Amino acid sequence: MTVTPLGTPRRLVEFTLDGEPVRAPEGSPLLDACRSAGKDVPALCQGDTLTPKNACRICVVEVEGARTLVPACSRGAEQGMRVRTDTERVRHSRRIVLELLASSVDLSTTPRVAGWIEEYGAEPGRFGPDAARVDEEPRVDNTLYVRDYDKCILCYKCVDACGDQWQNTFAIAVAGRGFDARIAVEHDAPLTDSACVYCGNCIEVCPTGALSFRSEFDMRAAGTWDESAQTATTTVCAYCGVGCNLTLHVQDNEIVKVTSPHDNPVTHGNLCIKGRFGYQHVQNRD
Amino acid sequence: MDLHFGDSKPSDEERAAVDALLGPPESSWEGADRSDADLRWARGGREARARRDLLLPGLHAVNDRVGWISEGALAYLCRRLTVPPAEAYGVATFYAMFSVKPRPATVLHVCTDLACLAAGAPELCEGVESRLGPGSGVSVQRGPCLGLCERAPAALAIRAGDPVRTAVAAPATVERAVLAASAPGSAAGEPPAERALPQAGDPSLILLRRVGVVDPADLDDYRAHGGYTALRRAFALGPAGVVREVTESGLVGRGGAAFPTGRKWQATASRPETPHYLVCNADESEPGTFKDRVLMEGDPYALVEAMTVAGYATGAHQGYLYLRGEYPRALRRMEHAIGRARARGLLGDDVLGQGYAFDIEIRRGAGAYVCGEETALFNSIEGHRGEPRTKPPFPVEKGLFGRPTAENNVETLVNVLPVLTMGAEAYAAIGTAGSTGPKLYCVSGSVERPGVWELPFGATLRELLERAGVREGLRAVLLGGAAGGFVRPDELDVPLTFEGTREAGTTLGSGVVMAFDDTVPLPRLLLRIAAFFRDESCGQCVPCRVGTVRQEEALHRIAERTGAAAAHDVALLREVGRAMRDASICGLGQTAWNAVESAIDRLGVYA
Repeated sequence: MTVTPLGTPRRLVEFTLDGEPVRAPEGSPLLDACRSAGKDVPALCQGDTLTPKNACRICVVEVEGARTLVPACSRGAEQGMRVRTDTERVRHSRRIVLELLASSVDLSTTPRVAGWIEEYGAEPGRFGPDAARVDEEPRVDNTLYVRDYDKCILCYKCVDACGDQWQNTFAIAVAGRGFDARIAVEHDAPLTDSACVYCGNCIEVCPTGALSFRSEFDMRAAGTWDESAQTATTTVCAYCGVGCNLTLHVQDNEIVKVTSPHDNPVTHGNLCIKGRFGYQHVQNRD
Repeated sequence: MDLHFGDSKPSDEERAAVDALLGPPESSWEGADRSDADLRWARGGREARARRDLLLPGLHAVNDRVGWISEGALAYLCRRLTVPPAEAYGVATFYAMFSVKPRPATVLHVCTDLACLAAGAPELCEGVESRLGPGSGVSVQRGPCLGLCERAPAALAIRAGDPVRTAVAAPATVERAVLAASAPGSAAGEPPAERALPQAGDPSLILLRRVGVVDPADLDDYRAHGGYTALRRAFALGPAGVVREVTESGLVGRGGAAFPTGRKWQATASRPETPHYLVCNADESEPGTFKDRVLMEGDPYALVEAMTVAGYATGAHQGYLYLRGEYPRALRRMEHAIGRARARGLLGDDVLGQGYAFDIEIRRGAGAYVCGEETALFNSIEGHRGEPRTKPPFPVEKGLFGRPTAENNVETLVNVLPVLTMGAEAYAAIGTAGSTGPKLYCVSGSVERPGVWELPFGATLRELLERAGVREGLRAVLLGGAAGGFVRPDELDVPLTFEGTREAGTTLGSGVVMAFDDTVPLPRLLLRIAAFFRDESCGQCVPCRVGTVRQEEALHRIAERTGAAAAHDVALLREVGRAMRDASICGLGQTAWNAVESAIDRLGVYA
């Protein structure tokens, strides 16, 4: 049985979404209302376990009376609001934001983004062949993770997961400013010299594959990574008595990575180094 | 929190710089040698973490003493304040005035922004760089506006040490800039603040009337010229009475957003959560703006008094003055004024014997335009990266340290003094119905008498430019700074009011009036504006982080091209600009396209 945590009761407010009246708990994200109304609002930096940073600006919607567009992931529902999710103005901003992102980073391993690029008619190539982009070799400095800055969209999810929202390790933060801003440990050192405890919770929340398991990275490089051939089995971690759920991703009878279900009330997708990476003994067949 | 501080140790000098700010460490948990007691007691944590807001002063302390921030210094500072080193590194690398790589003790900041660009900054830079070669022990940094536009071109030398020394060269020649950098302690002093006022001595002045008349160091002189009558009136009216008076005066914020000051104060005062805070935004970084500097340098007690009035009205007992890092003289004068006011019972536990406690703390910025955005400024004071927060919630509900906060800029606060001394009705009679009171303008560029001008709202741009002595061959006027817009020479009859400029499709912004004659190539100005926004974007949201880069690239591609050859890139600029305006988190990204757009549409720069 999954226990769903109940928050403090909130009154329902009524507002209109694309002209249709809807009801939602006061202050709940507009994005939730959009999704329950069956509207496909794209979002990258929003996740189901973290407070959204509203940095990607793909989920913007138009709220009557607001000077600018507002991020649906962070803006709370208010009584009498009039929200439009699919106006020309909204579609324009989403298209440009997708173009800006796709022209500056590699979105090839970002789920769903190819569909949005097509849907919004984004043409990332039109900024020219010399458009500045994040061009960096992946950083492979330990046996567990790979940091591929080429794919990082600076959504801040890994920072929040490592910091006060989940792990409380504070090993990573955003350094620098503007286009040169990047996720980094102190002094941009190798991960092995940092406060990182290798819980892998940052990989769990990364929406683009900028953070990945070394196993996945190596298999992709070798051309053997095949998600369609993988099975996912959720089980209970055997290391200690907390009872965290593990989802084992298995390809060709080998565990290739471990995730954790986000709706688990104990862990919300978080694991420790043992649960996340300590699976080699399972497949030690000597 | 189980923090990892690494093995690097601070040098004696770095340790001394931090200890001078925070006091000596009390246990090995915060960086002292280990004692027997430390083996049995764990300390630090919550108590130290509550001092996170000392991170920025701590970084300044090290940077001022040594010139840059080493791994060991950062680790020691983090240990003292229980701040994760990764976060502190993120903060240190956010600000332009800090370096986390070794560099010479002396840094010469040479302004390459609009007014200085028009006054020959590129030649100055080349001259200075060729004189101060690699072995000179001076690092030359080309950078954004230093707020010395009336004396363009400008340079600021900062030499690390104990004490840190600064020298300003403006107007700068190669010789003067080199002298400032090589001997900042003995370089020629700056001209007095009133030299920036072409109207100095004019009896009709209201906001500027004391600048040049009083001795900025002398509290008695300030009082002899009407100082502290506004605060006495405030105490007589009571907090609600002050808010009513300010509301009825029609005073609106002078920072660019033009929000009614009385409403902001009312909203802050009425919040049940405590404590309330008052923040004075003195992070004047809009290229072309220097009025707040002149006010602070020429009449510092006026700001102290105005902040006290504002604190009283909003129910705050602590005020923060967030002062631009590039304003050394304003910093010295404000420090002195606050110290004197405190010693004389005009700040502290019992202001003027009225039983009201209020004090002011100065926080120095470190070179980040975005920190002028109010929520970014809160983050900066709190010891986080100066990234803007999402609104709502608004600062009057959750501002500094998550508490109700009223934030006003220097000019807005100084306006409160005449509101109280002359009364709301008389104040509201100045200017127009929609824009009341006097207004300061920072006039620079192709004019004979650049400086801070004070005129009642409603004067036209033509009147202002004529008084400032605009030169022949005017090509364009930049109104409102880099975030504002250009107007044509045939549009000079636009009335300088909030409603008048809005009707004319432009903005007053922060009061910048920068005149450019036809010797200044416009595409070069636009490139500088684009480079400014690209440099100053905090990087948090995609439209601004990438959009400002794409804007600059397109302008580089267009360069001097016009017509059909530029059409594709102009169209691209429009599309990106529209998304930046609509979808960016804060005002920086939302306005980054204003000036370029106005140059295309109103000046026809690439037509």
